[in-house]
Amino acid sequence: MDKFVTHVGTAVPLRRSNVDTDQIIPAVYLKRVTRSGFEDGLFSAWRNDPAFELNQEKYKAATILVAGIDFGTGSSREHAVWALQNYGFKVIIAPRFGDIFRGNSGKAGLLTIQLSQNDVEALWVAIEAKSDLAITVDLEARTVSYGKSSVGFVIDDYTRWRLMEGLDDIGLTLKQTDSIDAFEKTRPTFKPQTIPAK
Amino acid sequence: MGKTLAEKIWQEHVVRSAAGEPDLVYIDLHLIHEVTSPQAFDGLRLAGRPVRRPDLTIATEDHNTPTQNIDQPIADPVSKLQVDTLRANCAEFGVRIHSLGDIDQGIVHVVGPQLGLTQPGMTIICGDSHTSTHGAFGALAFGVGTSEVEHVLATQTLPLIRPKMMAINVEGELAPGVTSKDVILAIIAKIGTGGGVGYIVEYRGSAIRAMTMESRLTVCNMSIEAGARAGLIAPDETTFDYIKGKPHAPEDWDAAVAYWKTLTTDADAKFDHEVTLMAEDIAPFVTWGTNPAQGAPLSGNVPDPSAIADAEERGAAERALVYMGLEAGTPLKKIAIDTVFLGSCTNGRIEDLRSAAAILDGKKIASSLRMLVVPGSARVRLQAEAEGLDKVFINAGAEWRNAGCSMCLGMNPDQLAVGERSASTSNRNFEGRQGKGGRTHLVSPLVAAATAIRGTLSSPADL
Ligand code: SF4
Repeated sequence: MDKFVTHVGTAVPLRRSNVDTDQIIPAVYLKRVTRSGFEDGLFSAWRNDPAFELNQEKYKAATILVAGIDFGTGSSREHAVWALQNYGFKVIIAPRFGDIFRGNSGKAGLLTIQLSQNDVEALWVAIEAKSDLAITVDLEARTVSYGKSSVGFVIDDYTRWRLMEGLDDIGLTLKQTDSIDAFEKTRPTFKPQTIPAK
Repeated sequence: MGKTLAEKIWQEHVVRSAAGEPDLVYIDLHLIHEVTSPQAFDGLRLAGRPVRRPDLTIATEDHNTPTQNIDQPIADPVSKLQVDTLRANCAEFGVRIHSLGDIDQGIVHVVGPQLGLTQPGMTIICGDSHTSTHGAFGALAFGVGTSEVEHVLATQTLPLIRPKMMAINVEGELAPGVTSKDVILAIIAKIGTGGGVGYIVEYRGSAIRAMTMESRLTVCNMSIEAGARAGLIAPDETTFDYIKGKPHAPEDWDAAVAYWKTLTTDADAKFDHEVTLMAEDIAPFVTWGTNPAQGAPLSGNVPDPSAIADAEERGAAERALVYMGLEAGTPLKKIAIDTVFLGSCTNGRIEDLRSAAAILDGKKIASSLRMLVVPGSARVRLQAEAEGLDKVFINAGAEWRNAGCSMCLGMNPDQLAVGERSASTSNRNFEGRQGKGGRTHLVSPLVAAATAIRGTLSSPADL
């Protein structure tokens, strides 16, 4: 996983709420067994519409997606995160996210930032006025800045630290193997195992 | 201060906790399917890591398996590759798998309970958001993404931040013809798709206690549609009776039950949020829009977006009506349906098939529509056939299929065509969920059966 400290890029405004993971990437694209190449399925139902934001030339280089409330609800498919990353997004900003999507993003190194509805609205207006507006996301300082504005955001220390260090969660947990071994010894014997019983 | 049920289960599974870090939580059972696991196994291979506890892991094929001609190779080469990959991974890493054609194959959330692997007080995860289903047994069960699937395969644990606790009370007695599906649709309509974000929900109250195990599974299944991380119901005699005699029921039954009986929320425990619904206010419920919170009693009309005060919600409702091809003010019962889908991990269990068959018995489905009946598992299918339910469906003109997710998400050939409208007992009415351009109305099995007969959205009372 790449380290994430700061990112400077342009953004695309997605004025839609409740963009569930079925919209981000429909199920038909989930049959692959790799982690790459999902960009072709990103928002596939909307990609035929020339008015759709991602199809507009002026937003083609965007690396930051600014969406409406409840982005990434629904299915747990991590393919939604991969599709956004494969397409080139580094940061998603929205007033609220689906829980599983947000967790998946953190694991895969895609930064999700929750801003208030008003801050998101202000960002939309600013981007719509100037599509090449440079936006700076500073994870260290926990700020999103553009033009003369700078907005703070909240992220838990642990996720922030992991993203900034680019750390693999599994490697971190494997350092706790002794604790896991000890815990397993206390597991009640009546709890089931999957190996066929009789 | 006392603890909630979810707090108790959480606490009993904390392997390690440190200030400023998520708790490291032990996972008792890991369910796997073909769609969200290939990249996880690949990750293990790349890092040279084994599966820590294959004996706490079980796989089944469900999401993209066909429901017809299952004795032949899967026709779609991409689906076939994914299923073959799962089989190869399970063989390589020593994980038990129930493949297409096997008697224990089926939708992952139907298979766990029917094997008796889902038990009270456990932590259960799966790379599927409807893992919340298993909470019906008083387990802490939630969906995760592929990175977490890999994490659990490698370590049997997950680093997790403890969610807040919400109680949803349903008090009183449900009217005849009102099912647990109507209850959960009414709950989601009340609290919204984001109402449960950041919470574990405990369903409580006399109406929940009165429900059968399978009805409770339907309620917990859709917790995620309100945004909740998990949903659960305290175990009781109904739960114990259901587990008894299942293949993986505890051998030391008395010790298990003694423990299970401690799994209740203490009287002095505090929830961060509480919501109460009165059972008698709940009527057969259907969705009219493109998220599960956009629902209304079947006796009502398609709502008028201009009457919605919140601008976000109004915009969402306007877009939903365009997508759904509906006019505000249309009585819901006037909406004509092209396809009825009875199945999924929400309503594909034997109780669901029985209740729909009881309505369809001796009747014919409307000539204007098709009806697909897809049992949740191979065993549900066999049980239904033993009871003659397959004959009831077939004689009524419905199609009797093999087990799988099928049209719930349309990854296999069972899909809606563009503009086609379904009444579906599944859990998601998202745009294109059941096929590109398809329009979905979520309903209970009773409404599905009555709709199949009348051709328009209907409840058994309309027959
Ligand atoms: S039946 Fe539908 S909701 Fe359930 S696991 Fe399958 S695809 Fe997911």
